[in-house]
Amino acid sequence: MYQFKFQKAKSVAEAFAGLGKDGDAKLLAGGQSLIAAMKLRLSQPSTLIDLGDIAELRQIKVETGTVTIGAMTTHATVAASAEVNKALPALAMLAGSIGDRQVRNQGTIGGSIANNDPAADYPAACLGLGATIATNKRKISADAFFKGMYETALEAGEIITSVSFAIPKRAAYVKFKNPASRFAIVGVLVADFGSSARVAVTGAGPGVFRIAEMEKALVAKFAPESVANIKVPAEGLNSDLHAQADYRAHLITVLAQRAVIAALK
Amino acid sequence: MSVKVSMNVNGEAVSAEVPERTLLVSFLRETLNMTGTHVGCDTAQCGACTIHLNGRAIKSCNILAMQAEGGNVTTIEGLAKADGTLHPMQEAFRQNHGLQCGFCTPGMVMSAVDLVKNTPNPTEEQIRELMDGNICRCTGYHNIVKAIAAGATSMAANP
Ligand SMILES: Cc1cc2nc3c(=O)[nH]c(=O)nc-3n(C[C@H](O)[C@H](O)[C@H](O)COP(=O)(O)OP(=O)(O)OC[C@H]3O[C@@H](n4cnc5c(N)ncnc54)[C@H](O)[C@@H]3O)c2cc1C
Ligand code: FES
Ligand code: FES
Repeated sequence: MYQFKFQKAKSVAEAFAGLGKDGDAKLLAGGQSLIAAMKLRLSQPSTLIDLGDIAELRQIKVETGTVTIGAMTTHATVAASAEVNKALPALAMLAGSIGDRQVRNQGTIGGSIANNDPAADYPAACLGLGATIATNKRKISADAFFKGMYETALEAGEIITSVSFAIPKRAAYVKFKNPASRFAIVGVLVADFGSSARVAVTGAGPGVFRIAEMEKALVAKFAPESVANIKVPAEGLNSDLHAQADYRAHLITVLAQRAVIAALK
Repeated sequence: MSVKVSMNVNGEAVSAEVPERTLLVSFLRETLNMTGTHVGCDTAQCGACTIHLNGRAIKSCNILAMQAEGGNVTTIEGLAKADGTLHPMQEAFRQNHGLQCGFCTPGMVMSAVDLVKNTPNPTEEQIRELMDGNICRCTGYHNIVKAIAAGATSMAANP
């Protein structure tokens, strides 16, 4: 790891000021992705601004129609939250499927979506549940937030403060895990909002994406057979040592059906 | 460049001047000379470096010492009683031969104690699933799983 300066921010305003002072500064949340990247010298911030002491970023709020999770809330906290399990069980289950217990105790939702790993789970929750990402500057819809591999709509000096998920009638997330890292080889989230439906896929492509054809079919009838014959083209999907593109394409249709079945349970 | 980092480790206040980039596991092993916490992979995969920070099991190779600033850390050295009586989970690993070379064991035990705290009567399936952050190259896991089940029972009996 290259050397850097370290600063603990007491508030979002203080973190923002820190980012303004040093163009090569970076925010530190749980560190579960960033520290690993810094060890490999893939990332070389001049200053790390630790958000760990900002209690206001660690709140969970359930209101009519939305669940809002503070950026510094750990995966373990979301997975164990009685409120989230009641209002939006698919989200709690998704959080509980990330990595292992130790990673879930340290990694945060803000860090996960800012990082936008193409195989990460939370981006599927954001896109599939029509989330709104709040920053210190504005509100961004999930549809506009994720920009492909490790890229987001975040601008310099922008800090995620919370993520608000719309509560659907029903939803489920099913992931085909990489057995070593537990990241998604393919993960599919389906959500039924009554007059609309959402299908979000992670792990399969360079970034999270929706499948309009499946969404249309699910609005007409929210049942596994509605998506059973919808094939996704393998073109543009990831091929690596874990799975070829055509296999990932096949998995999307299989997992979408399983997710609908799980949502109906 | 360096920073002063202070925390409570196994009930004792400690503090040292270290480079900012010092990992928590290096702080424990190299600054405090507490070598019970092991480094198996240094890439957050194996769990050998598992410790408790503010009551939650985490991998100490994947956070900075400064992230634990002001916190409460428990390591494998802090589990047994002062008179040497082993923690029920340590005793269960011994009784069930839950180790061979012992390299993964500090992390297994720290992770298992946290598992039982959050899931008091784990089934075998839960143990296998929830221990997926800890890798062992020797045992084939069967005796580790048995040890954790026995440790859970004896932790419930000796709260
Ligand atoms: C062994 C292992 C297994 C894993 N398995 C999975 C898995 O199965 N699924 C999965 O989805 N993830 C997995 N992860 C990743 C994990 O979920 C990370 O916790 C997460 O990706 C990053 O969150 P963090 O809080 O650790 O962020 P950090 O590592 O601290 O930060 C990540 C990035 O986000 C930026 N950032 C952090 N917070 C903010 C903010 N509030 N506003 C703006 N930018 C911010 C940082 O500057 C940095 O660039 C795994 C990680 C490990 C080590
Ligand atoms: S040494 Fe930390 S997880 Fe392997
Ligand atoms: S006992 Fe040798 S690695 Fe587990």
